[in-house]
Amino acid sequence: MNIHEYQAKDIFERFGIPVPRGMVATTAAEARAAAEEIGGEVVVKAQVHAGGRGKAGGVKVVNTPQEAEEAAAGMLGINLVTHQTGPDGVPVRKVMVAEATDIKDELYISIIVDGDLGVPVIIASTEGGMDIEEVAEKTPDRLFRVAGDPLLGLSPYHARDVAALLEVPQSAQRATAALISNLYRVFVDNDCSLVEVNPLVITGDDQVVALDAKINLEDDALFRHKDLAALHDPEQEDELERRAGSADLAYVKLDGGKVGCMVNGAGLAMATMDITKWAGADPANFLDIGGSADQGRIEEAFRIIVSDDEVEIILVNLFAGIARSDVVAQGIVNAAKETGATLPMVVAMRGTNAEEGRRILNESGLDITAAPDLAGAAEVLRDKLASAAGGAQ
Amino acid sequence: MSVLVGPNTKLLVQGLGRDGSFQASRMREYGTNMVAAVHPNREGQKFEDAVPYFSSVADAVKETGANTGVIFVPAPFAADAIVEQVDAGLDVVVCITEGVPVQDMVKINAYVKGSASRLVGPNCPGLIHPASKAKVGIIPGNIVEPGRIGVVSRSGTLTYEAIAQLVQVGLGQSSCVGIGGDPIHGTTFTDVLELFQEDDETDAIVMIGEIGGVREQLAAEFIADRVTKPVVAAIAGQTAPPGKRMGHAGAIITGKAGLASEKNRALTEAGVHVVESPAYIGARMKEVVG
Repeated sequence: MNIHEYQAKDIFERFGIPVPRGMVATTAAEARAAAEEIGGEVVVKAQVHAGGRGKAGGVKVVNTPQEAEEAAAGMLGINLVTHQTGPDGVPVRKVMVAEATDIKDELYISIIVDGDLGVPVIIASTEGGMDIEEVAEKTPDRLFRVAGDPLLGLSPYHARDVAALLEVPQSAQRATAALISNLYRVFVDNDCSLVEVNPLVITGDDQVVALDAKINLEDDALFRHKDLAALHDPEQEDELERRAGSADLAYVKLDGGKVGCMVNGAGLAMATMDITKWAGADPANFLDIGGSADQGRIEEAFRIIVSDDEVEIILVNLFAGIARSDVVAQGIVNAAKETGATLPMVVAMRGTNAEEGRRILNESGLDITAAPDLAGAAEVLRDKLASAAGGAQ
Repeated sequence: MSVLVGPNTKLLVQGLGRDGSFQASRMREYGTNMVAAVHPNREGQKFEDAVPYFSSVADAVKETGANTGVIFVPAPFAADAIVEQVDAGLDVVVCITEGVPVQDMVKINAYVKGSASRLVGPNCPGLIHPASKAKVGIIPGNIVEPGRIGVVSRSGTLTYEAIAQLVQVGLGQSSCVGIGGDPIHGTTFTDVLELFQEDDETDAIVMIGEIGGVREQLAAEFIADRVTKPVVAAIAGQTAPPGKRMGHAGAIITGKAGLASEKNRALTEAGVHVVESPAYIGARMKEVVG
């Protein structure tokens, strides 16, 4: 789960990490008042769950309260489109007004769990303020990785090492090491999947400040962080992904695809996307209905797929282990009749009660072509797409 | 010989709620020697009038001699169940539970490594050894056939897919191991490859990987160094976009190494028969073993 910058900075402050003084505003008038209170030059920042705000016009440096009000008015209520959002962008409901910082040097620091090492790893770079992927690509020697210990956590000397690698001025070394230790505590204590500060700034008077703050919380651990779970902002999510999330379905919308995929199991779902591509079409989504999906969940999964206007054909690939094919089939038939969807379907159904499932689909009167397995599904899909293209000519 | 689960397996099942009970029945039905059930407040009762319930794993092990445990308890309590089974001295601990917090696994995996137990999972379908009718987990018993191909996979349903394809071309399985889709998991591809290489029931190996992480590359290195048996491999998620989590927490491309193309290249260089999709595993294995 993503949270906003201002929420992440609240958490940072609770853990003793210095951030620029700032306030949240939901109206232009509030932004003006905040700018007046802070005084002098301020930065107005759109609060959205997406990176790339600066280039998209979502971050503005202004000199007066009047300008702050105007900048906020220009952001609030719009959908901000950045390279990380879809073409529709994400709505801006709040802006953060923060004191401007005298920047001498921009650094980068983040923490993730490295699954291969099995521990949290600090990634740090002297090249802050840019896309870290770009740094990794162009100047990998400016990127440092320091692993924590599963049981000891981050030892203080690790934090001092990172501060030294970042080449911060001597007088800021101690504060930087403390910030890194505190950041590690933020990561562990809140069950984060990502903590990122880009840029981490050395100011003109050699103070260290987290100019930006990004926190991703691990969904699977939210049960023990009710206060953090309450920070959920559904408006920032894709509508279909949000609906899928509430139904406990793993769904990812993929832009530009026309084949709606419904599969059980994440691996099989990925393999189904792959064969869709090789059949000559793009998948419209990743969708894993899960192991023990009941009929209601199948119906919602189907509704979500047909709510996607780009979907022209549906590919169902089921290998039922815990799930029952007949339940899935009945769910599809119910939802298709309820929504009046007439999209053609290609269905591969195997495993528990597969025969019964296929019978339910055959007798439904829906436009369904059966496929024997994964490879067969690719072939049937290719034929269907070819005949649809032929028919259109 | 068998891989982790076989004729000597004496199984303890922990967590007999709706799913756990259903799966325990399937395991017994298949022929697995289930000796103990662990669930709160059922001490003195019997599962299906046959298998005694215990409140603690240690008691169950002492009374029944169980050597293998399988965990179905809900995710918030799964880490604790793993520790309990390890402390009770079980040789193999299989965690089926999905959604165990990653930072729980950071600690658990380090703890397990310092013990004599082997952890499989979490978020995995478990293991099956068709020749001895031993099944620990949720792989459907009716789709496997005894034979000489070892199967190892991160994904549950892709394991079933591979098994079905093998059966279709007349190839049975020696053992099938699902290692799980989480970024931090106990037994790795490399561990299972080593076991298959030593296993006299296994002639050839199917390995199904996914995008994300570098486990497949580590497996490729191991294969180049140590595995003399033929390996057929496929990587799922060739078309997945970077930065998006594809259901499995481990299946997120966060760097170049996580790309399917990088994994395919490493495996091909290690002499593995790489197929472009899990859809073609059975056919390729048939070509390889004749």
